[in-house]
Amino acid sequence: MTDVAMSAPTNHAPLIAADGVPLKLKLARTTRRMKWRAFLLTVPLVLFLLIAFVMPIGEMLYRSMHNPTGSNVMPQFSVAIQDWDGEGLPSEEIFKIFVEDMTAAKKNREVGKTIGNLATRVNYEIPGSRSLFTRTARKTKNIKEGPYKEALLALDQKWENPVLWRTLQRVSKDYTLAFYLAATDRKYAENGDIVSADPLYQIYLPILFKTIWMSALITLFCFIIAYPVSYLLSTLPLRTSNLLMILVLLPFWTSLLVRTSAWIAMLQTQGVINNIMVYLGVITDESRIQMIYNLTGTIIAMVHILLPFMILPLYSVMKTIPPTYMRAARSMGASGTYSFIKVYFPQTIPGIAAGTLLVFILAIGYYITPALVGGSDGLLISNLIADHIKKTLNWSLGAALGTILLVVVLVFYWIYNKLVGVDNLKFG
Amino acid sequence: MKLTKLLASTAVGAAIALGSVAAHAAGDLTVVSWGGAYTKSQVEAYHKPYIAKTGANIKSEDYNGGIAEIKAQVEAGNVTWDIVDVELSDAIRACDEGLLETIDHSSLPAGDDGTPATDDFLAGTLYDCAVANIVWSTIFAYDKTKIENGPKTMADFFDLGKFPGKRGLRKGAKVNLEFALIADGVAAADVYKVMETPEGIDRAFAKLDTIKKDVVWWEAGAQPPQMLADGEVAMTTAYNGRVFNAVAGEGKPFEIVWDGQVWDLDLWVIPKGAKNKDTALDFLKFSTETKQLAAQASYISYGPARKSSAPLVGKFHNKDIDMGPQMPTSPANLANAVQNNFEFWADNADQLNERFNAWLAK
Repeated sequence: MTDVAMSAPTNHAPLIAADGVPLKLKLARTTRRMKWRAFLLTVPLVLFLLIAFVMPIGEMLYRSMHNPTGSNVMPQFSVAIQDWDGEGLPSEEIFKIFVEDMTAAKKNREVGKTIGNLATRVNYEIPGSRSLFTRTARKTKNIKEGPYKEALLALDQKWENPVLWRTLQRVSKDYTLAFYLAATDRKYAENGDIVSADPLYQIYLPILFKTIWMSALITLFCFIIAYPVSYLLSTLPLRTSNLLMILVLLPFWTSLLVRTSAWIAMLQTQGVINNIMVYLGVITDESRIQMIYNLTGTIIAMVHILLPFMILPLYSVMKTIPPTYMRAARSMGASGTYSFIKVYFPQTIPGIAAGTLLVFILAIGYYITPALVGGSDGLLISNLIADHIKKTLNWSLGAALGTILLVVVLVFYWIYNKLVGVDNLKFG
Repeated sequence: MKLTKLLASTAVGAAIALGSVAAHAAGDLTVVSWGGAYTKSQVEAYHKPYIAKTGANIKSEDYNGGIAEIKAQVEAGNVTWDIVDVELSDAIRACDEGLLETIDHSSLPAGDDGTPATDDFLAGTLYDCAVANIVWSTIFAYDKTKIENGPKTMADFFDLGKFPGKRGLRKGAKVNLEFALIADGVAAADVYKVMETPEGIDRAFAKLDTIKKDVVWWEAGAQPPQMLADGEVAMTTAYNGRVFNAVAGEGKPFEIVWDGQVWDLDLWVIPKGAKNKDTALDFLKFSTETKQLAAQASYISYGPARKSSAPLVGKFHNKDIDMGPQMPTSPANLANAVQNNFEFWADNADQLNERFNAWLAK
């Protein structure tokens, strides 16, 4: 059967175009050319996505695991130490290579290959060990001959600590999970096991959970405020609703920084709201309420800033729901509440889904507003990431935290997709 | 035809503009500092005389400290900052990591009295990659119109019973831990010895706990005088020069408490591969001469790093205020003072800031 179908066309002479090329071939060529042209039109976008999106994220993933400081600074030692079994102290031979590498590295002024880089890297693992490296490196050039172990210990007794050498062994490997451990409040114990960090130093997981929880809260507040507003906008006559729409859009078009600063002026203890309350006698001058530079301030400012992202999808969905459906339900005897729950609300779900997803994902990575009004307890995970990129310069830890945040967002997106279905989203 | 012409002329125009920008950039010296009253004092004392002497163009930029920008520029191979004013612990760390040019101390000019530079600079102010220009200090200050019989000691700053009201503190572990221990009765000389032990750190945090709920945290040096003026806080830690300039320049009724001050250095550094490295080095030498350092002290109350500058320090530039007693290094102010231990902070800053952040978030 198939054979017949396959061989059937060969029984006929192929159709030939005017220039002698088989028509089929010519058609294929033309479609291919058209496809290419279509593809060329998308090239700017593809390039843009590649350069501005795929490459930076790839770089971030790579940096969070790849830190070649150890092998950059001490090329010979980082290979030699891998043969050590981790018992007692390394052999005299390894000590010799260590001293030689350190003397050579001390002369190196190339960025990323200095003793200072290695000292900083080890200091992440053993806080307080930084100066041991810089101090020792100043003196190793005086060690001219063996025994090297004794000579190094004579410079500083701290080199007798096997934990230091085990850490150096770990740091000498280019690929490491250490930054993911740090980003989840864990660390390597002295014997190499993975353990939880001291509760006093645990910060990343609590802040991550707080970020998720706050984003959920902000999304909820946005929904509660946006739903009635969108309903009003979609049911009012066009002229009035357009006017009200401008009131929604005007802040949306205003700079983020301006809106955040405006909230500072409103909410601070000497600000507009506190002043009015004192004037009206609601509170006394001494008991002014702290509404900014804390969690409350962050939530208020972020709900305001993200509100349009909830209103617009909701509005666009509600606009398409014919009012006749509700009237039909009422005419058949359903109460107002019942018809709203059974008829109106289910039809707005695509808008709710889109709005909550937008607001939640924007909130979870928010940076500027919490940085300005967050004070001490309103900080989010993105502020810690910025801190590591800009202040402590621990880019690997910043990258690991960024990757975790990305994974969290993807997981939430996946759950969301299971619950609502991405095809059901309606962004407007 | 018309379009081609337009394109051609635009291209030529752009080329000329680019060319002139490039030529301009090569001559401009980009000097980066902390902004506000401090940068102003440098412009008056360093930049203006240097421009008058050499005819060079100086572009002044502000930043908020740290070595992130220097690191980013050096790693990208596009260094646009020629000379930067940094804190000591940052200078040491950046130098250790190979981000800075080294500076030959013997090439620095001798003092006005003929003392060689290496003897003229105060002990501990010259480093492989950095030359100090000023001594500054973190102190605490209050508004004397609002508190009668004001605080006298660091312990008073932590005493909410005796002096109720909000406190301003810099957001970060550095200096706050020192202050807490001094307030808790540790002698200034022993502060870092106590901080070397885990119990000492616990003790410092326990002391900070006693005022935590009343603290407003600041980050930029210009904030604390503003917070005092607005009445947001009853007292606040601050950089001494900023408070002094609010008093002398704007007539604010602030009072500085020198007890327990933590003093530190600001230094010039040249990022590795700076475009105008030679001009930057020349500017560095010029600005740290005896006369320029002394002149800066008449614009802001930071102490000059050269011994030979001290006798030349006179009055505030437009008021009859003797600058000598306003300096962190004045003997009366040094009675109970701590010098910031850069090695301790280079070793422990990451860990302690993590603990500080965890403590803040609780």
